Amino acid sequence: MVQQPFKTMLFGFAFSPTLEINIMETSRLAHFFNSKLVLLHVGEKTADKAHRINGILDKIEHKDLDFEIHWETGDPVETILKASQSNDVDLLVLGAMQRENVFTFYVGSIARKLTRQVKCSVLLLIKPAQVRVPCQHIVVNGLDDPDTPTAIRCALYTANALGAKRVTIVEEIRQQEVQVTVEDDKSLRQATLRKERLKAREESRVQHILEAMPEELTSKVSIKSQSIFGKRGYSIGHYAEVIRADLLVMNAPRKSGVLDRIFPHDIEYILSDLPTDVLIIRNSS
Amino acid sequence: MSEASTTFLRSLPKNIFSGFVVSLIALPLGLGLALASEAPPISGIIAAVVGGIVVALFGGSHVTITGPGNGLVIVLLGAITALGAGDMYQGFLYTLAAIVVSGVLMLLLGFLKLGRLADFFPASAIQGMLAAIGIGILSKQFHIMIGNAEAKGSIVSLLAQIPSGLWEVTKSMDPAIWVAAAVGVMSLMIMIFYSKIRNPYFHLIPAPMWILILTVGFSYACSWFAIPYPLSEKYLVSIPDNVMTNLAFPDFSKAFTQEFAVAVFAITFIASIESLLSIKAIDKLDPESRRSNVNKDLKALGLATVISGFLGGLNVVTVIARSSVNVNNNASNRSANFFHGLILLALVLLFQEQLRRIPLAALAAILVYTGYKLASPALFRRIAGIGKEQFAIFIITLLTTIFTNLITGISVGILVTFIIHVILNKSVGLFIGNLFKPNILMFKEADEGNYYISVKYFSSFVNFYKLKNKLDAVPESESVVLDLSMASFVDHTVMEGLQNYSDTFTKRGGSIEIIGLDKHGADSVHPFAIRKILPFDPLKPIERYFTKRQSDLENTAADYQWNYRANKNIGVDFLSNFIFFRTREIRYFYNTLEDDQQSCRVLDVEFTEGQFIAKEVIKSTLMYITLDRSLPVFTLDREGLLSFLYTGAGFTDVTIPRHDYFNRRFHLSGKDPKAVRLVFTDQLILFLESHPFYHVESNGNAIMILKKERLLGVTEIKAMIYFGQELRSLLQV
Repeated sequence: MVQQPFKTMLFGFAFSPTLEINIMETSRLAHFFNSKLVLLHVGEKTADKAHRINGILDKIEHKDLDFEIHWETGDPVETILKASQSNDVDLLVLGAMQRENVFTFYVGSIARKLTRQVKCSVLLLIKPAQVRVPCQHIVVNGLDDPDTPTAIRCALYTANALGAKRVTIVEEIRQQEVQVTVEDDKSLRQATLRKERLKAREESRVQHILEAMPEELTSKVSIKSQSIFGKRGYSIGHYAEVIRADLLVMNAPRKSGVLDRIFPHDIEYILSDLPTDVLIIRNSS
Repeated sequence: MSEASTTFLRSLPKNIFSGFVVSLIALPLGLGLALASEAPPISGIIAAVVGGIVVALFGGSHVTITGPGNGLVIVLLGAITALGAGDMYQGFLYTLAAIVVSGVLMLLLGFLKLGRLADFFPASAIQGMLAAIGIGILSKQFHIMIGNAEAKGSIVSLLAQIPSGLWEVTKSMDPAIWVAAAVGVMSLMIMIFYSKIRNPYFHLIPAPMWILILTVGFSYACSWFAIPYPLSEKYLVSIPDNVMTNLAFPDFSKAFTQEFAVAVFAITFIASIESLLSIKAIDKLDPESRRSNVNKDLKALGLATVISGFLGGLNVVTVIARSSVNVNNNASNRSANFFHGLILLALVLLFQEQLRRIPLAALAAILVYTGYKLASPALFRRIAGIGKEQFAIFIITLLTTIFTNLITGISVGILVTFIIHVILNKSVGLFIGNLFKPNILMFKEADEGNYYISVKYFSSFVNFYKLKNKLDAVPESESVVLDLSMASFVDHTVMEGLQNYSDTFTKRGGSIEIIGLDKHGADSVHPFAIRKILPFDPLKPIERYFTKRQSDLENTAADYQWNYRANKNIGVDFLSNFIFFRTREIRYFYNTLEDDQQSCRVLDVEFTEGQFIAKEVIKSTLMYITLDRSLPVFTLDREGLLSFLYTGAGFTDVTIPRHDYFNRRFHLSGKDPKAVRLVFTDQLILFLESHPFYHVESNGNAIMILKKERLLGVTEIKAMIYFGQELRSLLQV
């Protein structure tokens, strides 16, 4: 049996109009991942609130779900961070916001802080649904990074858990690596050759990662790899949008300091313009 | 001897000839452009000689000609006047210093690989600036052409003086003015009617050279018949007695003043822009479609400018008119530019005496014609045809440049373009918020091997360079599908730039197909008009905004005698009984291609997938084929990607005996496996295995073929039609 990566999920809920849909979606995910769901509300517990949340929980599809409801007060970011540690949470679920009038999504300020600071994996949902929308296509990054095998393993696990049929592993070929600036026909030929070589190298690297994956994860899904040319960390989101993937799985960035926010890279672009649901994998061990 | 040097030697004669023809134009133009800048006439020749030799040796382009440029006339004139403060010759010496420094700056631009510089300017603003330069040249030279060398003032006042100047000529008592004006007008006539005369021997000599030959011949005729030559030295070109020893030397004593810095900046800016634009334009004319290395060319131009400045010559830039003459005379490499410089030097040294007999009015006429070409009414009409806003940008840039200076003019042009874009989109956030986001994604589509580029947010002159970077990195023999459906705004500069790329690709055997522009609205029918997403008008007629793809579709339809209709249609019932559309809601179809018997039809459909918040709008191209016989219901898919849909519809998997390869590659399912197996004959299976993959579906009496969940380019559509017709003939039996 393949090891289950998400044993405990945490969802911080607020009493917003989307509460019911959010609970439905997270409870469904917890069921598919076979994990324990911790529902955390930052705020006073009142009888009315408790009544509402219990009312919603009565409606969820999978009654055998193992869940707990926690009520805490304090600063939302601090509290959720603390709760994620004390409960040994593997996956933090966050909802994204939709821009007014347009079909674009972004991550709110609290969720953004949590995404940067939390020690576990994060799932950002842009379109939770009351009724299940099957997940069909998962895109995962294949960067040359020590965390990539974990991300690919999680993507395959998720694909199997949610019944998705296709997983595309995306390798990003960066201009810096091509090293040739195209100026005329000669440099263009050099650059094209180099790109082909890089592509082959990247593909064999991904192939090695896949060979190390357990058979049960790889047998039921169609796995493809695709090289893209663009800006690292950002273009994968654009790609996911173009091919209309249902979930994008990414490594967590190595560091996320002040400088990264001023000169955004990797995940920061994705956070400001979510292409689809995004799962950010952090190697908690 | 290596192959390359053999070809070089073999092409040498035609390059020498071409260089000779170009030098015949460069001689009068070099003199004229220098005179128009109030610089000594020889300085223009020096620039052409140095430019030709140096850039030919070190440049990165192939068939361009370098020398003094039109664009710089106004800037140099301004610099000489401002720096000289009354003393034109001293001003010229200071300006030479500015030219040397600008050469160093261009050299730096080349090393910093800033050949991209020209990409950041809106096309219409550049046009406006060039037109203003044309009017500037024309306004001044017109007076010289009619024998009035004294006219002074700003561009506007010079223009206003034209009627009174003409009146002065008629009133004048001085026969010299009469003769000068007659020479000028005759010369202008030669320039205008040169192209109308269809005699091949007459065309052996370019028009400007005819003017020199005739006017100089006239002065010799006068002396033979012992008639006193009516034009005094005031009306003739002055050239130092010994060209080689009397060279001017730059004076750097004003190098740290503000006006010097302004002059250097303006000269560098215009020289780089003019050169970069010319290089790009000439690349399109190159019969061998080579790609010029603009950075290498910038370095060579910078070096040539430094040398030319030290020798008392003007800036060296790449010039478009002389370069296109070069191409027309079958030049094939840089040696033509080299010989143009060398022959020019020989001409000047051999014919010093004759050059002093050239009337200024004759040179002025050549420049009046050049100026007129830069600001002709045809240009105004062409830009007005693209759209109101382009015309506004053009006119505002033009007027600002005329009333102020070039740098202010182009800055205002850029600003106005940006403001117009903001107003058109009613959003400043679209531009500011997404300016620095990487908005271009490129990848090679796995099954087809073509490049796919998707552009997000917006694409306009401010971020066109990002798209260009990607397009430049694609070999021109490949096919590119450029999807603009995720960009909500595409401006004129980008549309025009893409057309240029598309031409180059087509020439070299590749293609660029633009898809996803159908939902964008445009203000005019011009192919380069800006495109903006029209959000809340699902059924707005699209016939008005014909895209390139649509006209290509129309042509394709005409080629095969099919019918093409662009309009949107909501009668989609014939599609809805395909299983594929059971969970997808078709909104309308458009861009329909149909054959005569109405048995095959290719159409673009827009459908939605999912519901409510998860709803997505998808556009796709599909082919619909009706058959004369009935078929079992089946669907042919790859690797069962859509199988979840079909199992719900009572379908079962069908395997074909003895065809393991087919069974592995394709996922065939149907309601009645036995009947389906009868249809899939060996012949059909061989056909399917040997052709690119399409999703094929039968609903009992018709077939639907689908390639991708996106619109297809025209080449892809042709491939699909071929596949569909073959499939139909196989299924018909």
